[in-house]
Amino acid sequence: MATPPDTRPAPESFLEAARAEEPAPGGKGKLKIFLGASPGVGKTFSMLEEARTQKRSGLDVVVALVETHGRAETAGMLADLDILPRRRVDYKGQVLGEMDLDALLARKPDLALIDEFAHTNAPGSRHPKRWQDVMEVLDAGIDVLTTLNIQHIESLNDTVAQITGVRVQETVPDAVLTRADAIELIDLPPEDLIRRMKEGKVYLPQQVGRALENFFNKGKLTALREIALRTTAGRVDADMLAFMSANAVQGPWPAEERLLVCVNEAPVAKSLVRAGKQMAERMKIPWIVATVLTPRHESLNATARAARQDAMHLAETLGAETATLRAESDAAGEILRYARARNVTRLVVGRARWPRGLVQKAISLLREPVSEKLLDGATDFEVVVITASAKDQETRRASPLTAPPPGWSRLGGAALESCIAIALATAFAWPFWSWLPVASIAVIYLVAVQVVAFRHGLTGALLGSLIGFLAYNFFYTEPYYSFAVEQYEAVLGLVVFVVSSVVTGVLESRLKAQIESMRSAQARTETLFDFARKIASATKSDDVLWAAAAHGAKVLDARTLILTPDRSGTLEQVQGHPSIEDHLDPAALGAARWAYEKAEPAGAGTGTLPNSEWLFVPLATAGRPFGVIGVRFHDSKRATDPEMKRLLMAVEDQVAVAIERNRLADDLATARIAAESDKLRAALLNSVSHDLRTPLVSIVGAASTLAERGERLSAGDREALALTALDEARRLDSYVQNLLDMTRLGHGDLKPKRAPVDLKEIIGRVRADLARVLRHHEIDIRIARDVPMLDADPVLIGQALANVLDNAAKYAPEGSTISIAAQAREGQAIITVSDGGPGIPEGDRERVFDLFHRATRGDGAPGGTGMGLAIVRGLVEAHGGSVEAGAGPDGRGARLTLRLPLAPPAAEEAP
Amino acid sequence: MNETTPRILVIEDEAPIRRFLKIVLASAGYEMLEAERGRIGVEQAATSAPDAVLLDLGLPDMDGKAVIAAIRDWSQVPILVLSVRDAESEKIAALDAGADDYVTKPFATGELLARLRVLLRKRAAGQGEPAEIEAGALRINLAARTLAVEGRDVKLTRKQFEVLALLMRHAGRLVSHRQILTTVWGPAHVEDTHYLRIAVGHLRDKLGDDAADPRFILTEPGVGYRLKA
Repeated sequence: MATPPDTRPAPESFLEAARAEEPAPGGKGKLKIFLGASPGVGKTFSMLEEARTQKRSGLDVVVALVETHGRAETAGMLADLDILPRRRVDYKGQVLGEMDLDALLARKPDLALIDEFAHTNAPGSRHPKRWQDVMEVLDAGIDVLTTLNIQHIESLNDTVAQITGVRVQETVPDAVLTRADAIELIDLPPEDLIRRMKEGKVYLPQQVGRALENFFNKGKLTALREIALRTTAGRVDADMLAFMSANAVQGPWPAEERLLVCVNEAPVAKSLVRAGKQMAERMKIPWIVATVLTPRHESLNATARAARQDAMHLAETLGAETATLRAESDAAGEILRYARARNVTRLVVGRARWPRGLVQKAISLLREPVSEKLLDGATDFEVVVITASAKDQETRRASPLTAPPPGWSRLGGAALESCIAIALATAFAWPFWSWLPVASIAVIYLVAVQVVAFRHGLTGALLGSLIGFLAYNFFYTEPYYSFAVEQYEAVLGLVVFVVSSVVTGVLESRLKAQIESMRSAQARTETLFDFARKIASATKSDDVLWAAAAHGAKVLDARTLILTPDRSGTLEQVQGHPSIEDHLDPAALGAARWAYEKAEPAGAGTGTLPNSEWLFVPLATAGRPFGVIGVRFHDSKRATDPEMKRLLMAVEDQVAVAIERNRLADDLATARIAAESDKLRAALLNSVSHDLRTPLVSIVGAASTLAERGERLSAGDREALALTALDEARRLDSYVQNLLDMTRLGHGDLKPKRAPVDLKEIIGRVRADLARVLRHHEIDIRIARDVPMLDADPVLIGQALANVLDNAAKYAPEGSTISIAAQAREGQAIITVSDGGPGIPEGDRERVFDLFHRATRGDGAPGGTGMGLAIVRGLVEAHGGSVEAGAGPDGRGARLTLRLPLAPPAAEEAP
Repeated sequence: MNETTPRILVIEDEAPIRRFLKIVLASAGYEMLEAERGRIGVEQAATSAPDAVLLDLGLPDMDGKAVIAAIRDWSQVPILVLSVRDAESEKIAALDAGADDYVTKPFATGELLARLRVLLRKRAAGQGEPAEIEAGALRINLAARTLAVEGRDVKLTRKQFEVLALLMRHAGRLVSHRQILTTVWGPAHVEDTHYLRIAVGHLRDKLGDDAADPRFILTEPGVGYRLKA
């Protein structure tokens, strides 16, 4: 449904609409409505005529849907127009031909003809109503021609029904009419229409057919014609105002006056809304429909709540601004406060007919109706009071019969407790009755009544009073043990007793209702607060979504789902509570997509795909939604409860903000990583240019000397040069190896081929490989006999150990000892490599594993790549192990500790 | 060694490597035949009957393993593979295809010549297995199934003896896990490397060998074992 700002028929909104349309050549399409006072005036024919004219002028015109009703002249008009095939819908064994909305959107003509604006689509269609389809077509930038009879206009529905005695179910909200860029009245004098009808040229819808004689008499047709003319004239008036406003014509603009319609759960509410709409239309002022939730609302039954919701929903449909107010007890005061704040000049309130029952009379005496209070307080307002019709009263009285009140058992409970309380009061009063005045005994009964009233509300108060009255009369008034009354004072005492017990009981019950309402409001606030807190504490987007689904389900008492688009833009379920749905039906999926794409709620309780069981709300802060949250209430009626909608919006808001916050944090982290990787890239370039070139300088130098002047060198010099080249080539080789390892680690495609391996074998192999590097050092190996096999890739762990030993040999002075020790502890092999070098300063012990970090810098630094230990960490961690640097055994030198997983013990016997 | 100069076929696409190998091989008293493509190499191996083949696995025209398979179709000439480091699976695949040993690039010439010598010796030894094999401080008698380490008798289980005998028959040469498992435990047990690991562990204990500083049995991680020549 289209909502603000163009739903209110106020002059300034027309201006807005005019402004909105100007700069959008590819924007929304234009809507033209052919309006008629009754069927048969020739709307479709006129529409087709216009279509043909447009087509001749070169526009791409498509007949999306036109009903010919078998009339040859209409069919003839269709002949040379492009007709879109209908969508076949199978409904209860009947094949219905509906407009193919998707095909139309895909075809994207300049102008589409869509007959019967008020039509109700077959169940399961995307929108329940055709006018909603039309709105989507307009949004897609396609111009639309359509037809409409006045009895289908929501606010005229009552009036037309009164005139014709036929009420149509298919209505179009007035707000939609204000979207129309042009309305053309197709007028036909009643005489001509009656003649056409007699000639059989008029197709009559079924419901009209039944009341044919009623419908087509001259008087009624004249009345309808008048309404149609008035509607169009009003519209022309509005157009003129818009023109004046758009062209800055100074006019008699009314001040920002507003009309306020106050509704409650009374059946008259819907009539009030319709009446309000018409008044506002006539006065050309914005209108608001407000309802006040008081503690009493909490204790209302479902039927009453639904009546209030229906009225509010109707108000939205008719284009009113709606407001839900809250008040503890003074509903009238709250309404007046709100009305003054919004510059309301006229109030519309309803009043029930005088209640018939004695009890109701008594209650209404005690509880002044809100309308009366309003009349007293609204001295500065014009107040319109609308009295409920007898029919409305009927429905009110009938409703408990169709839906039996759920309170029979509660009533029984109240009666039982009343009896017990009165019995106790009687027993308590018994010893005193002979020497206390009878009036004092009444007070004891009053206490009992109050207790019951507090526990059971008004019902308890009335029951308690009744039973108390009987008991008091029976036991304590003369003649005793009889319901008869003799003394005049006793009668007075009884009356005083009944009145005071009812009054206190009612007060008690109201107090109780207030407390309960406060309690439930507090509980709601607490759950929301709790929800906000839980969401705020989640730091990863996944956690937020999980928390949103789980706590959202709790707060809303519903199943929840969160969908976000994947890379291709398809919505995917990412979280759900209690779980992700195995099968989401097409209606729900469609609603989710709609909510995501159009950034407005869709599904249950909305105007889009309402037969989906799920209600989807877009998750967005500002800008495009980044997903949708879906709820499926356990009680499907709750989807339309305004209270629940507010709660859902609050939940959606919290989730969106939390996700947005995390997203920002992620972005920050990404930016930081990017900065770090830039730094790393610079270091790598530096390393490559330096470490790769240095050995090459020696190799090229030595080899060129040997090649060019070999003969002139002594044998010793030649050998020295050759050995230099060899050493440097080996250094280069190990550097390239490091680069390769680093690249593989960086790409994450390093997958250890793990198998049980003997640490000693690995060490043996590494020592052999590093024989040249280690030739100036003593190697001391102490491996505990009980160290089982490692669960590791022998080659990769060999590489890690080689880097550690290479590092040790680089820093430890020649002739010193490098010790390798290993033991098994807690399922891990702990391998330490200690050297007698300068050690690693405490602050550097973590940083030595950083890429391109070197313990000592400058020219004095032993040649290294700055990658060795980073590779060690990468290789060890790829095995699920860890590595750390520390001080040597007596605080001297460096010690690296590797922790690696052990293989599970195998059978020791080979067959 | 024979009086005739052994002829080595080098299948390698990099000209600088071929050039340097020619000098190295000539200095060691071998004659070198060259092929810069796999297909030519296979032809050469057939037409000029070399005493050994030196094969680079990374050839532009043919997969190294396919070259090995093509040669193995009709010839048992020893094949020494040149392979880059860290390509354990490639090495194993080459050995499975029928290569005899490998040298990791970049290699020192000493290592290359030693491997080549072992392969040529095996070929020279040819058929007719001796009753006794000696390798360093180890001496086994295949008929009596006895082992002496530095003249001292050591008792071995049957499997341990068979593993050691296999390694000694190929002393200095790589023997892959698969080769040992197939020969000693049978083809059904090629995947049961833990049998082998445990047997070698016990064998080392009995020989008084230390895996971390081996005197006899060298480990080629993930590939196989080699008895120190």
